[in-house]
Amino acid sequence: MNALDVRIAGIGAWSPQHGAWPQLRAALRGEALDAIAPPHPPANVLPQAERRRAPPTVLLACEAAAQACAAAQLDAATLPCVFASTHGEVVISDDMCATLATDPRALSPTRFHNSVHNAPVGYWTLAVQCHAASNALSAWRGTFAAALFEAATLAVADAAPVLFAACDAAASGPLANVIGADDTFALAFVLDPALDGTGPRLHLRHVADAADSPADAFALLHALAHEEPVRGKSATLQIPSGNGRRLDIEIRA
Amino acid sequence: MPSRIPPLAITAFTATSALGRGREAHLRALRERRGGLRSNDFTDTPLPCAIGRVDGIESVELPTDLRDLDSRNHRLAWLGLHADGFLDIARDAVARHGADRVALLTATSTASIGATEAAYRALDDGRFPAALAQPELHTLHSLGLFLDRIFGACGPCMTASTACSSSAKIFAQGERLIRLGLADAVILAGVDSLCGSVLFGFNALELVSPQPCRPFDAQRDGISIGEAAGFALLERDGDATAPRLLGHGESSDAHHMSTPHPQGLGARLAIDAALARAGLAAHEVDYINLHGTATVKNDEVEAAAVADLFPATTRASSTKGFTGHTLGAAGILEAVIALLALDAQFVPGTLNTTTPDAACGPQLALGNEERALRIALSNSFGFGGNNCALVFGRGAA
Repeated sequence: MNALDVRIAGIGAWSPQHGAWPQLRAALRGEALDAIAPPHPPANVLPQAERRRAPPTVLLACEAAAQACAAAQLDAATLPCVFASTHGEVVISDDMCATLATDPRALSPTRFHNSVHNAPVGYWTLAVQCHAASNALSAWRGTFAAALFEAATLAVADAAPVLFAACDAAASGPLANVIGADDTFALAFVLDPALDGTGPRLHLRHVADAADSPADAFALLHALAHEEPVRGKSATLQIPSGNGRRLDIEIRA
Repeated sequence: MPSRIPPLAITAFTATSALGRGREAHLRALRERRGGLRSNDFTDTPLPCAIGRVDGIESVELPTDLRDLDSRNHRLAWLGLHADGFLDIARDAVARHGADRVALLTATSTASIGATEAAYRALDDGRFPAALAQPELHTLHSLGLFLDRIFGACGPCMTASTACSSSAKIFAQGERLIRLGLADAVILAGVDSLCGSVLFGFNALELVSPQPCRPFDAQRDGISIGEAAGFALLERDGDATAPRLLGHGESSDAHHMSTPHPQGLGARLAIDAALARAGLAAHEVDYINLHGTATVKNDEVEAAAVADLFPATTRASSTKGFTGHTLGAAGILEAVIALLALDAQFVPGTLNTTTPDAACGPQLALGNEERALRIALSNSFGFGGNNCALVFGRGAA
């Protein structure tokens, strides 16, 4: 077996252009927007003090995750979490490397513990008092697909819903020129291995081959926004999940 | 509570740390109680502390086709995967099962950030010097990208980075892939190397001891940072003599980013879940390799949890006085030490510790003990309140 079936019980997203998933969904459907997105993810799930201090990836991931849990009408405290980010907290990495190059002893303790890749999922579990398993993943250009597959694996293996969140924030400083991380975006799904219920079902298949026509997370969201079933070989979304690897996704309404 | 899982064979395992390269070097150092910590000779800016530095990394020459990914972390990985013939055994598994049936799961807390730090020290008009401008070097998945070129597996491949529990988590991920039939073998790799970020970062948090760390000592005053590379191969079946992964448990503290839950709630949940998956009761655990970082808080909380959950017949130790805290590699390094203990039938003691903290139960082993061991538990707890416990069983003698 190399395939997994899960149901998307809730979707969340954040884009600086559109804001939350309902607005992004409307935009993807070509509908007119009635409001301008706030400049930053509100991330109201975080306590106010945390929200002020939290680095961008924490706000992004928590915002999308909270939307997905609310849409799924599930208690976030009970959901194991798989969070993913290609670059993690790149703004902090830039700042830390600059400090280390000039005055290493001036490194900020808070910046250091916020630099860990599991800072977003750590703040999330704190905010919603979740004691379940939590993971933080990266797979370079294959991050979204590889981590989605891992989240579905966890859901099916433990026969319980899993919160999946993926986000990246725009990089800054000299690091930005090298890794080319220009976009800020977050999305989250609550993945339920129980296929009966509302929400589209995903049939996920790991394929040990490069994509013929590579798609990405936006293509998946586009299809989800249009509630289009994507079935069969011609309509399968192929999202690269690493060198010579891809995740084939069929959406079954 | 999770239900019992079928055991998996660990058909190869190895570690490279300040104790040396490979299983024999580790076993010998542990038996002879020869620690690997030394005075910090790594940072240009003075930082009085002990470090667990691996000798010989600087002189590693990577093959030409890997040189664009040259970093301290990848040199350490290269050293580590040649110990105990791991590379050949893993490649054989890829050939045997088929590349698409073998997953590669990597774990690290800082990847090649040392190379990013070096680039910032050598900025040329605000830009990275050409020799360090390879983007794949400056990503958290750099270890995965490096090892992917070497092993040639095409199953799922990703990096787990949950601070100091990272390389314990990949055992759980690997077990799930095999249980669901998504892979037939999983190569696990955990590598973390010394860098300014962690040395000065933990120093800023005032968690670094000025002397070699003393886990669970009443006078303990912080960690010693080390570096290590650990590798393991998981397969559904294996020789009867191969040790087994029996259980895993993961949890979140939901308490604080850099301080453990005061009652060890997350640690207890992880241990309980690991034992449930293994189908074992606490009294059946013969040896625990503790997280035992030698910070005031971690050891206090972990000592109380172990004293509460296990009988005196369960023996427990932290081996971080030997190796230092190898952060994202600690999970797999200490899994390897637990497997060595099961194989050699001895409990490695807790180095540098003289007077145990009052919170410690009778389980804590300060000296080495010869003892029949069947079941071992390994604890890994990380920043963000991220916990993972693993249960291992001895292979047939």
